[in-house]
Amino acid sequence: MRINLTSVYVDDQDKALRFYTEVLGFVPKTDVPTGEYRWLTVVSPDAPDGVELLLEPDAHPAAKAFKEALAADGIPLTQFAVDDVAAEHDRLRSLGVLFTQEPVDMGPVTTAVFDDTCGNLIQIAQYR
Amino acid sequence: MVGDVGDLYQALADHTRRLILDELTERDGQTLFEICGRLATKHRVGSSRQAISQHLDVLEAAGLVVTRRQGRYKFHHLDTRPLRAVTERWLRSAAPTQENP
Repeated sequence: MRINLTSVYVDDQDKALRFYTEVLGFVPKTDVPTGEYRWLTVVSPDAPDGVELLLEPDAHPAAKAFKEALAADGIPLTQFAVDDVAAEHDRLRSLGVLFTQEPVDMGPVTTAVFDDTCGNLIQIAQYR
Repeated sequence: MVGDVGDLYQALADHTRRLILDELTERDGQTLFEICGRLATKHRVGSSRQAISQHLDVLEAAGLVVTRRQGRYKFHHLDTRPLRAVTERWLRSAAPTQENP
């Protein structure tokens, strides 16, 4: 068994695709109509056959409550790895991305947390 | 002010709460998540998120922490003004004739 897919619950799939590709730099992998929504995934350009990220609609009423509760406490939904948190923080901030946590050195890892504009907080991490 | 300082001393009596103030001194304006992360990774504080939240409530009641809502997020800020009550009470040697307010 292996992990091939993980999800973020987004409020708008078109907006999410733009943010996750144009701002974060992921690339589209699968885009299939499934009725009201799309099976819409992106992957890292460094690992096109790696784990896919599903941009899943947050249409279920519980999903919105869940997202709001996490956001209020500053808790990220998921984490992406980067080589240099400080550089990525500067790059994203120059693109207008809002950070709720500036880069912090926490022992073996440096992390920062930003708003994905789709209702989630995302952590970026640099491991040593 | 004298009525409030009992809360102040109780707030400062706890080691974890002092660490929270240390971290807010290092950088002001943190989410609960960031505070928990700093305590866990930098100070090996294994308390639950709920416990840290309760510590923040005590600090807020003592006036040492002020929370600010920004959009969907809640940030915690340090307010050192209540500590002046401590210094004004015992460290007035520079102005010995001044009356206690």
